[in-house]
Parts: sequence; C-alpha cells; structure tokens
Amino acid sequence: MTPPGQSRALCRDCLVDTEAARRPPRCPSCGSPRLLAHPERDTLHIAHIDCDAFYAAIEKRDAPELAIKPIIIGGGKRGVVSTACYVARTYGVRSAMPMFKALELCPGAVVIKPDMAKYVSVGREIRRMMLELTPLVEPLSIDEAFLDLGGTERLHHASPAVMLARFARRVEQEVGITVSVGLSTNKFMAKIASDLDKPRGFAIIGSTEIDGFLADKPVSIIFGVGAVTVEKLERMGIRTIRDLRAAPPHTLMALLGREAGRLQRLAHGIDDRAVSPNREAKVVSAETTFNEDIGAPADLLPILWRLSEKLSARLKAAGLAAGSVTLKLKTADFKLRSRSRSVPTTQLAGRLFETGKDLLIPECDGTRFRLIGIGTSDLHPAAEADQGDLADHTAKRQARMERAVDDLRAKFGSGAVVKGIVFGDRRKP
Amino acid sequence: MKVTVERATLLKSLGHVHRVVERRTTIPILSNVLLKGVAGQLSLKATDLDLEVTETLPADVEIEGATTVPAHVIYDIVRKLPDGAQVSLETTGDGTQMLIRAGRSRFNLQALPESDFPDLAAGDLPHRFSLPGIELKRLIDKSQFAISTEETRYYLNGIFIHTIEAAPGATVLRAVATDGHRLARVDVPAPPGSVGMPGVILPRKAVAEIQKLLDGLEADITVELSPAKVRLTIGAVILTSKLIDGTFPDYQRVIPAGNDKELVVDRDVFSAAVDRVSTISSERGRAVKLALSDGRMVLSVTNPDSGSATEELEVDYDAASLDIGFNARYLLDITSQLDGDTALFKLADAGSPTLVQDREGAAALYVLMPMRV
Repeated sequence: MTPPGQSRALCRDCLVDTEAARRPPRCPSCGSPRLLAHPERDTLHIAHIDCDAFYAAIEKRDAPELAIKPIIIGGGKRGVVSTACYVARTYGVRSAMPMFKALELCPGAVVIKPDMAKYVSVGREIRRMMLELTPLVEPLSIDEAFLDLGGTERLHHASPAVMLARFARRVEQEVGITVSVGLSTNKFMAKIASDLDKPRGFAIIGSTEIDGFLADKPVSIIFGVGAVTVEKLERMGIRTIRDLRAAPPHTLMALLGREAGRLQRLAHGIDDRAVSPNREAKVVSAETTFNEDIGAPADLLPILWRLSEKLSARLKAAGLAAGSVTLKLKTADFKLRSRSRSVPTTQLAGRLFETGKDLLIPECDGTRFRLIGIGTSDLHPAAEADQGDLADHTAKRQARMERAVDDLRAKFGSGAVVKGIVFGDRRKP
Repeated sequence: MKVTVERATLLKSLGHVHRVVERRTTIPILSNVLLKGVAGQLSLKATDLDLEVTETLPADVEIEGATTVPAHVIYDIVRKLPDGAQVSLETTGDGTQMLIRAGRSRFNLQALPESDFPDLAAGDLPHRFSLPGIELKRLIDKSQFAISTEETRYYLNGIFIHTIEAAPGATVLRAVATDGHRLARVDVPAPPGSVGMPGVILPRKAVAEIQKLLDGLEADITVELSPAKVRLTIGAVILTSKLIDGTFPDYQRVIPAGNDKELVVDRDVFSAAVDRVSTISSERGRAVKLALSDGRMVLSVTNPDSGSATEELEVDYDAASLDIGFNARYLLDITSQLDGDTALFKLADAGSPTLVQDREGAAALYVLMPMRV
C-alpha cells in the first residue's frame, strides 16, 4: 500500500482528488493547474491561514470597479499604509510605509480610509468558518490564525489538507476574498509556508524538507529576529539558518542570552508550541495620528474622549476591563512619552477618559504632539469591573448610564448619542 | 559652623530626619539635611517639599552657622562610627565642604549652602490641641493598614482625621481610612481644643513617619493645623506636613447599620485558621470562603493551581446559613487590630459589606467588602 497522499493530487478549484502515479500537470477533471500534491499531504495538521491583502481585498470586493486599480488602505495625510493591494505592491508600496512615500511610488493609487468595523466583522465571519474545522484556532490578528486540525479526520471524513483546501475555496465563494494556507509540522514552519505561495496559495513543507528548505534562508525568517539581532549575528558571521545551526551554542548564548536556545531549535525547524485557542489579548488600545501637530488641551481632550470611547468599545466587545490606563504621546519630533496609572477595574469610557486626562494635562506644557493613544495592558474579566466599592458610590450608576448609551447606539447608530466634548469649545473665538 | 555632638544622640536624630529624604530626587538640595548650630543646640532638618522633619539636640557649638550635606551619606557615616564617639562637624572656609571628624576618621562631604534649602512655610495654623501620644498612636495604628495606594483616588492615600459627635454629648477625634475594599474607623475622646478643627487627610508618608516617631513615646503630642498643613510636636521633633487637598468620601453611608446576622469567633483561633487555609491560595485572588451554619464555620480555599484546604471551627452563630468570601489578607489585617479575645462580625448577605468589631460599641470598627467565591 502506498502511503496516503503519496500518489494523490487534490484540485484546489474543483476539489477533485485524483489518484495518479505521477503528479499530473493539470487537474484531469477541470483542467486547473492548482493541484495540491505532497508525500506528507494527508499527515500534516498544523496550519497557518493568512488573508491576502485583507483590508484591500474587502474594499475591492465591495467596489468591483477598483479591482484592477492600485489601492492603499491607510489614514490621512500623515498616516501610514496599513494595507496595499497586490497591484499597488508592484509599485513598491508596502505596509507601514508613510503615506506620502507610498503616493510618490504610486501616484495613481486610490487611498481608502480604513473601515475597521467592516474588517472586524469580515474577520469574525472567517474565524467562525475556521472554528467549523477545529476548535483549536489561535488568532494572531484579525486576518490570520494558526489551526491545529489534528484528530479531525474522522469527523470531517477528510484529511486536514483537503479540509483546508475546501475552506479556502469556501472563503473565496462566500466571503469574496482570498486566503493563503501553509501546512507543516509546527507553527513556525506553517507560518513560513503560508508566505511561500501568496496570494491565493497553499504550500506544504513536509518534515523531511525542513532541513533543506531552511538552510539557505536568512536568519530574519525567524520571527522575533529583528534588525538588532540580525546585526549582532552578522558580526559573528551568521547570516543564514545554516550558519545559525552551526554556531557553537555557548557563543550564541553569550551573544543572545536565553534566546539562543530557542533560535537554534527554530533553526532546525523545531517548535513545540501548541496551537492555543485561548491566547489572550495582552494589550487593548486606540490611538490616532493628527493631520497637524497640536498641543493645547482643548484640542487634545476631544480626541482623547473619542479614543476612550473606542477603547471602551473594544474592551466591552472582548469582555475585558482595564486595571490600568496608559497614555501614549508622540511629540512633533517623534519622541515617545508614555504615562501609566492603575485604576479600579473599569470598562467605562468616562473613567478611562478621566484617568487619561489626569495623565495628559501635566504633559501639555507647550509641547506639540503628532500622536495620542490610550490603552491598557492590565486586563481583567469584565465581571470584575465597575462594581463600585466602599469609597465609590457612583460606579454602578455610571456603568448603567453607559450601557444605556451603548444600547441606543446599537439601535440607532454610533452617532445617535454623542458627548458634547467632541464638538470642542464653540465659545472660543 | 563648628559643632561637636555625641555620636548616639546624632545618630538617633539623623535616623528620624533622614527617612524623609527621598532616595531619588530631581532637586539636588532635597537629598540634603540642613544642619544648624546655634546657642548650644544643633538642629537637623530634612524635607521632600510635602513633609518636613526638624529635630533639635544639645551640642557643643564652637562657631555658629549652618550648612547642608547629603542626608543618607551622613547618616551612614555616623551609623558606622564607633559607639561613644564625639563627632565634630565643621564647615570649610568657603562653605563648599563639611568636615566630619570622630576619633581617627575624617570625612569631607560636599555641602550646599543653607540659603538654598527650602522651607515648608507652615503659615498660620489656627487650630491647636494636645493629646497623649498613646492615643494618637492608637488612631494611626488601627487605621493605617486600610490606606489606599491607588493614585486615581488620591484623596484615599491618607487617614481622614476629624471630630464628630459620636453620641449625644460625646465628641470624639476620629480617624478613617479606606482603600475601597476595607474601611477602618477609630475613635478616641476628643482632646480639648480639637472641636471645630477642619477634617483633614493626613498623607500616608506623614502617617508612617509619625508612627515611627511615636514608638515607645509616652508624652503628650501637640497638634497644630490649618486646612492645608499640620504640625506635630513630638518630643524634640517637629514634623510639618502638607495635607491631601481633596474631599474624603462620605464614609458614614457605607457603614452598615442593618446587618442582623451576628457571628462571634475567638480572635486568635479564627486568625490562625484563616492563615492556615490561605496558605493554598494564589497571590491574586486570595479569597477564603466562610460557610456559616448553626454554631459552625467551615473555612475553605480552593486554588485550581495548587489544591484546596478546609478547616472547621465552632463559633457563636445562630442566624440563617450563609456562605461568604473575603480576602484572607484583609481578614488578618483586621483581626490583628482588634483589642479583645473575640471578634464580632455583623453580616447581611454574601454581597454586602460586613462589619467587624472586637465587641459591641467598641471605639474601633472595620467594614469589609466580601469577595465572590
């Protein structure tokens, strides 16, 4: 008996799984060249799924006339590119690039302001589909996730690879955007695989291929190996994964400390982290970059209020509450200021704002800022929040009031109730 | 300036004042202690701009004058000098250094001029009264643990001290502290002259210093205050502190009046049991559950990470059965402050504040928020 998958080729378009002695060039059923064949195809079960140019793909789906145009999702004159579609990428536009630079490279690009609410709802829809494959879905962000399909074969009557191909097709048909799938032996390799065949890809890296595949890759392929580490390794003559494998462990240890062991294991493609669906959010925040630098409290506070509402909405949506508030400011000359304070656990916009304001006012010393953000890294379950205590008789009332406002907004739209502060002080000349 | 003092006396005084000095400060002179030799006395002064401590000690003053030197350094030097040594402090001609001599040891310290040393001008302190040190100590000792460290509600970062007519004709000087989870309220008879004083919030750092200064002191303490500042004269030490500028919450409304379920436990037996079962609890969420039924209390702690513990006590309880949870640390803090052999709990239900006293009508009472268990 041949090992399963050894002689099978799955068509990713018509999903017909053909038995074939050799890999056929095209699907015998529909003629598509998108065939999935690999000796370990039906035994691997750790996958990484990444949506292709997620925000841009959604905008193109909703405005078909944009399909062939270069489009950039990002905010304002001063913003950065959050997503560039594949057309724009051919001009050299990349994520996180300042908008002005992106527009220099690709003057004809259509710039669209991000509609996070829409992207989040699409992201949720896709996540729901993932959860139909396996409960072990570990979201990395709104548009990518690790999945462990181990042990689902009998449930689905199909191997993980087949289910993933079906999933990719279903997302295309039902959601209208494309995804890329990476399938391998562990999270590290699966994430690398999903990048290989992008967009609309499906790549498999089998256990026997890992060694050869990684050897010539630069060390920066390992997540967490950024510019600083690359430079450190470079000084020791370590550029590729092969160099990293060969480096004496103690030298590496002296250079990188505790990271050394992890990097060398990853260099051998060893990664035993489980796909964990409960990876909790560590930080919840909201921030914005201004069109013009501003420094006056009267200008900053209305913005801080809107961000506090946004942060509050995010906390409420995630069932979390903040045990501390961190205010982030970036000055006109790009210096970062961060101020933190612990608070009685809360999810209320009003309370987040009051704390943010206390932190902001001392910073308004004439300095002009280009960015403001408010967030929290001390997260608690929502049930603990806003209970009031012996010295706080207003928390419960305030929570009821905000819930009433939230209900009104849910029913009549986010503009149904707006706090006066967002209009600024109209009396000023 | 040139003065000579006995090492032990100097060390004791430096011990009092140097604690005020913050280890890290952005204003250099705040790291220093002011030394001033005048008319047979050496006075030492330290401040952090919110709190100022001055102490005067007898000294042999050869040349009158003043200077300032790093407080922690001079404290460490004097601490390490041999017992019984005579310490000579002498400023150099240009005033930029101070020479410390004792036996065969010599130290040169960088000095900053006296004129730069800030003065926490107390201004007018219209209210003045005296009370036995032991009573002030009682007010502080029994309430201090409940002071909040939370920055948001800065007005909870101290002890609220005021006078109030607790019963017709019986005015008390009352201390209240709360962090929102527990509240302590302690009364002593109002000393003459205190009635009519404004309610003030004494900040936690001043509280801690006063507590140390009162240790083992029997004498009367003089208190002078205005709505913004307070000055205490404790023996040879004068402590001046700013008060917290804020409104202390209305604590009366959270002191439960209608809690009808009474529980009496042996204080030591109960504390020991709480301490034992809480060994199993995690750092975060140290809840101990008290299951009360007729004459019986079962204390239990369950920690998913490490296991569980239970202990049964015979108690004086005849109300309806009740399961209620408390933070073990908070229970122990309170029981350690109770005076008698027993602790009286007045409970309502598992979600409402509980009252704890040593006996009915006691001068100190505690309110504790339950935890969900």
